Amino acid sequence: MTLYFLCLILFCVGLYGVLRKRNLVKIIIGLGIMEYAMNLFFVLLGYRFHGRAPIDAKDQNILNMVDPLPQALVLTSIVIGLGVTALVISIALRIYEKYGTFDITKIKRLKG
Amino acid sequence: MNSTTIIPLFVIIPLAAAFLISLVGRFIRRSSEIIIFIASFTLLGFSIYARFLLNSAAGKIMVYKIGGWVPPFGICMVMDGLSSFMLVTVNLIAFFVAVYSLAYMEQYTDKPKFFTLFSLMVCGMNGVIITGDLFNLFVFLEIASIASYALVAFGTEAEELEASFKYAIMGSVASAFIFIGIAFLYSFTSTLNMADMARVLNYKENIWIIPFVGVLFLMGFGLKSALVPFHAWLPDAHPSAPASISAMLSGVLIKTLGVYSLVRILFNIIGSNHGYLTILMFLGVTSMLVAVVLALSQWDLKRLLAYHSISQIGYVVLGIGLGTPLGVFGGLFHLFNHSVFKSLLFLNSGAIDYASGTRDLKETGGLGKLMPVTAKTNLIASMSIAGIPPFNGFFSKAIIIIACLQKGNFGYAVCAVIGSILTLASFMKVQKFVFLGEIKDKLKNIKEVPFVMLFSMVCLALICIFGGLMLLPSFRFFLDDAVAVILKGTSYAGVVLEAASRP
Amino acid sequence: MIDNPKTGMTLIVKTITRLTVGLILLFGIYIILHGHVSPGGGFAGGVIVALSFVHLMLAFGKDTAVAKVSKNMASNLESIGAMMFLLVALLGFLGGSFFLNILAKGSPFNLFSAGTIPLSNISIGIKVGVGLFAIFLALVVLEKSK
Repeated sequence: MTLYFLCLILFCVGLYGVLRKRNLVKIIIGLGIMEYAMNLFFVLLGYRFHGRAPIDAKDQNILNMVDPLPQALVLTSIVIGLGVTALVISIALRIYEKYGTFDITKIKRLKG
Repeated sequence: MNSTTIIPLFVIIPLAAAFLISLVGRFIRRSSEIIIFIASFTLLGFSIYARFLLNSAAGKIMVYKIGGWVPPFGICMVMDGLSSFMLVTVNLIAFFVAVYSLAYMEQYTDKPKFFTLFSLMVCGMNGVIITGDLFNLFVFLEIASIASYALVAFGTEAEELEASFKYAIMGSVASAFIFIGIAFLYSFTSTLNMADMARVLNYKENIWIIPFVGVLFLMGFGLKSALVPFHAWLPDAHPSAPASISAMLSGVLIKTLGVYSLVRILFNIIGSNHGYLTILMFLGVTSMLVAVVLALSQWDLKRLLAYHSISQIGYVVLGIGLGTPLGVFGGLFHLFNHSVFKSLLFLNSGAIDYASGTRDLKETGGLGKLMPVTAKTNLIASMSIAGIPPFNGFFSKAIIIIACLQKGNFGYAVCAVIGSILTLASFMKVQKFVFLGEIKDKLKNIKEVPFVMLFSMVCLALICIFGGLMLLPSFRFFLDDAVAVILKGTSYAGVVLEAASRP
Repeated sequence: MIDNPKTGMTLIVKTITRLTVGLILLFGIYIILHGHVSPGGGFAGGVIVALSFVHLMLAFGKDTAVAKVSKNMASNLESIGAMMFLLVALLGFLGGSFFLNILAKGSPFNLFSAGTIPLSNISIGIKVGVGLFAIFLALVVLEKSK
């Protein structure tokens, strides 16, 4: 139970980074921490007591494994996070070229 | 090869088109335009054909099992009344926007990349609509969202990049909340198939997880559909995109990723209860009023249209949140109508931008004499959105207001009428400043836009005019089947599982 | 790989890179091919293949790496990888259902078993590997836009 609670704390740390930091790159890092926390939470949901890694090998016949489905889904989710991070970083680089700063309090041409 | 093999084609065709355009678009001239035209026309044809195929299927449902695996072990794709209704909406708008983009995107560089991203976005939206598995919905939602983040920043001007960054970060946070909601549901029911999850949730007693997951989904999908506390990205993102992408984003993306997913999960999986629907109605009415008041003070044409998108989505959510058959009918009808006339309005603004190079209302004037077709289609769309008979907007708004009165929520009905009046005021301002009045000096030489752009606009205007005919009994099956799926609630799961067990 | 003393890193790094870059690529291909027997598969193997190219670029400077895999070739290979994956999925239509596993499934734990899964792994490995390197190229070799 404490593991899930720690995942929640990690998620809140990431959310704090997205909400309160002023540098664009720090916002992206906060988003990355949020994604790590989400993926970790989903993998931990598959844990079964006294389970072992869900890898089928020729000479072992231990039958209680942890749930392998969250692991496969988290693989997909990690790649989605990679795609979003790559896109957002390239947008941030272009913003630096156009505005000359990474500070979000100065990147405020759209308002109203 | 029975008739259900048409279902995965909705995902295969845009995906193949996207990668084919990315491969050969650079070598063969004009190949990207030909491929996207063929792909979107085929998709439109298939979606209309699938709608008629559904009339003859047993139980009005078709289930396609991917790889032959029977659910709940495998992923299945489900075509029912609601899915086919949304598919026709999405593919109709996608076809007209693709045709419009053939001429509009001449002002931007790199057309193959644009059409690749456009095709990927259509693939993602189609996937969200037809899938029957919850995590598959998340994956397709992310495909469509990432394609739209890249498309908003397509022009790479300074303001477009800022808008796209804001949209990307907020969209990713929303996806994080949706993912955590899916994780909680998986841990509670140990299955990911939508029908199976509904069946399990029926007999497990509901503890604190279900309202918690409901709130998480409301936050996540509410941001994707721009309800009012979560709307802050839309007035920046939709004007910054190229006009055809604004039409796609405002017309179909916020509806499939937001309203459709919320409706599917709320009514068919979790099971709607009174409190949740009250929250939805309250958020809908707030969106309606706040957005239309903010839209009155805008001088940028596309930003004004973006605020009106938020307001009209408020109507749709109000209609669906009523929960009565008439209310849900009105909500879904307004969803279809809003796709049509909002896309038409954005395509018009793109035509004005293409011809005169400006989006500011204070700088245009008297364009009605120089661009007659654009002016007439804009008039038709403005009257539709304001709810003037006999255009289609009038019917759907009237049905929603009557449904509110039937249920007894007089306050909400009054708010809907006020919203409608303020919408009319806003669009009279647009008409006055853009099309009537004197022509400014530097705009004296503009001409009407090319034929392909006019074709899309005229076709959408014709659908606006004749949209009211959908209330006739011979055409009402289109909406009635969709309403029936929503109202059936969680007993829908039995229908899907039974259809899946047929070979 | 000729050593140009003005670009890239120091001589020690370049010597070690010459020895290890091929091994990293080989390890990535091993993980891709054995995706149905041991953990890994297309994504993880593809990332390791991309890392070998990135290693080359970091040690020798961008000209050597671009000479090996140029931007156009990366873009074409990525699309080819995706089309291969779609083709493998469509092959299932011959057997009756989308994504059906139609090739012969041998006995488990052999390299040539599990039907179309190794083919999917190879296509995804190509796409992810080249795609990640293309992202790196686009970010590092960024031309100043006007």
